[in-house]
Amino acid sequence: MRLINQIGEWFEHRLQLAAPIREITVGHRIPRNTASWFYVFGSAALTIFMLQLVTGILLALIYVPSGAEAWSSLQNLNHDVALGWFIRALHGWGSNFMVAVVLIHMVQVFLFGAYKFPRELTWIVGVFLLLMTLGMAFSGQVLRFDQDAYWGLGIGASIASRVPIMGPAIVKIMLGGPIIAGATLSRFFALHVFVIPGMLILFVAVHLLMVLKLGINEWPMPGRLVHRATYEKEYRELEKTDGVPFVPNGIWKDMFFAAFILLAIAACAIYFGPFGPSGTPDPTIIQTAPRPDYFFLWLYALLSLLPPAMETPALLIGPVVVIAGLLLLPFLSGEGEKSWLRRPIAVLTILLVAVILGTFTHLAGLAPWSPQMNAWSGDPVPARFLHGTTALQRQGALIFQSKQCRNCHSLGELGGQRGPALDSVAVRLTQDQLIRQVIQGGGNMPAYGKNLSPAETTALVAFLETLHPQGQPAARDASRDQVLRESSPPPTSPDPAQPALSPSTKQP
Amino acid sequence: MSQDANITRRGFLMRAGILLNGLVALALAVPILRYVLASLTRGRNNAYLSWVALGPVADFPQGETRLATFRNPFVTPTDGKTVDTACWVRRVDSDHFQVFAINCAHLGCPVRWFPQSGLFMCPCHGGAYYRDGSRASGPPERGLFEYPYKISNGALTIQAGELPTPGDSTARLQGATPPDQLVAIGPTNHFANLSATSHSNDGCSAATANGCAELLGKRPPCA
Repeated sequence: MRLINQIGEWFEHRLQLAAPIREITVGHRIPRNTASWFYVFGSAALTIFMLQLVTGILLALIYVPSGAEAWSSLQNLNHDVALGWFIRALHGWGSNFMVAVVLIHMVQVFLFGAYKFPRELTWIVGVFLLLMTLGMAFSGQVLRFDQDAYWGLGIGASIASRVPIMGPAIVKIMLGGPIIAGATLSRFFALHVFVIPGMLILFVAVHLLMVLKLGINEWPMPGRLVHRATYEKEYRELEKTDGVPFVPNGIWKDMFFAAFILLAIAACAIYFGPFGPSGTPDPTIIQTAPRPDYFFLWLYALLSLLPPAMETPALLIGPVVVIAGLLLLPFLSGEGEKSWLRRPIAVLTILLVAVILGTFTHLAGLAPWSPQMNAWSGDPVPARFLHGTTALQRQGALIFQSKQCRNCHSLGELGGQRGPALDSVAVRLTQDQLIRQVIQGGGNMPAYGKNLSPAETTALVAFLETLHPQGQPAARDASRDQVLRESSPPPTSPDPAQPALSPSTKQP
Repeated sequence: MSQDANITRRGFLMRAGILLNGLVALALAVPILRYVLASLTRGRNNAYLSWVALGPVADFPQGETRLATFRNPFVTPTDGKTVDTACWVRRVDSDHFQVFAINCAHLGCPVRWFPQSGLFMCPCHGGAYYRDGSRASGPPERGLFEYPYKISNGALTIQAGELPTPGDSTARLQGATPPDQLVAIGPTNHFANLSATSHSNDGCSAATANGCAELLGKRPPCA
């Protein structure tokens, strides 16, 4: 024991760290009610970041950042290296958890008004930390260098290329060459392993330093307003009168939650395993439907649902507006009410954003806008739609399959959902409207006029006209009935000048 | 010597030191920037602009659209399979082709050809194109990207070394202008502006591109 003390003193004499450490732990006082479970997310994000650093370094022992070998080195990690799969899974799930925890931390800080005076810069640095976290998530997905990564890069390049004037140059800098290839992977490796983590460490340090210097945001009380002139004095007063030392009063909850999060990550890693890699990054394999990782799924949905003309402006202006809004927030409302109980717009904003992101993410899981490429050959017309049909109508059903209509239209809930389900299309559209729609397309449907012979169109429409629920007749053009009745001769006095109605115009 | 003068001398030296380091930083920044932006300036390596052969013309039956693959003319040791790319070749008639990039004009996903319905469909966001590459439906704002092609020694060759993106399609590539056969085919001529803005690095100016097209297959064209 004496020896340990002596060694400790030897180091302390040279490092002189005991005083500053005491100052930021037992000496650091926090308002009593901030020792709360609501205040654990920042330290949890830091804990996951450290897990990512460690597992990242471990992966770098095996991973090869080369377009030719990255994919097989991941296979090697998954299958040959002892517990390589586990480290990969920890890193992958750590990334998902980090994005989630950073977002939760941000929501908490926003609702608690922590971005207000004097913590504006802490918030701004935090916004950059969020962007870097997302940057890490995207570049990490690229390092997986599988099919999804390859086409995901193509999507990134397509988005970047739309920047006016600079677009093509940005693409070439991003890809490191004219195409997605080895150089692309190398530069994303450099970003993911050196550049962004280096900046993250720096920004985290600044973020933490400000939390220590300015004190943790006090628990917001409705009616206790922030005034620039008096806030800091009031806060120091609160620390004195109702303060507790951060160690141990506050830190034990941080430690419990950090351990819980690490356990959760490990449980997910063991239960679900590592992410991918999916197919090899071979662009000649085109039978693929690339999907982004979950934190970018909402973007995938947004890009499918925006009207084409709005897409480029939304892609280029949207992020600028959002980031500028986040950065300006502490300057626009740097004073005043902190409590979420008196800030309904703040609460509604969070709810709105959460509902939007949640809905888009959910939709992206279903991807109703994507044609089902194999529906035409894989999902037959359900038999009940063919009972009692004529030869012509069955021929139409055949054409319905062979012309890939099923890739976008479902029957009996099988098939694509890009276009409307056709189970009862005959109720919605008359014969003429069906013909027009098939031949000319429109409303997001391609025109089939050049790919259907008149006979095929007749058969197809004959089949489509049978698609109505029992007891609910197919739509008819009432005005046409009228015209036909008026133009048709009364049966008692046949007019030889009027030819008989041809079969094609006869109404059922 | 007075103390003031002493400080001024030290101050001067410090400022000189800052200036010196600034100059050195500037001198180093030039090669560093040149290195970082190498992919933009393309260095001296324009290999990816070379023409690549897709195979004998006879491999592509008239009136059909076939998948063809090619290796990017610019390969580095770490590229692996990424330099192999696919494209769709449509043979319009005996010596008119359309070579479409595999990348959807929306966000670059690989489009698939369905001969029965005569449509290209994209699995990502549901873009669809007609057989001539023009836009049919979905989020794309334009038709499929087309690579410039020529026929040399009975082989179909294309200039396709660059990833086509909505902001910088293959139309911006330097190369022979694709023959202006599209006006007659497509219901809407999305490609007219391509021909107009293309440049040529092989002696065929845009103005004489049609003349070159006439020579295709008859003698080594403008190469």
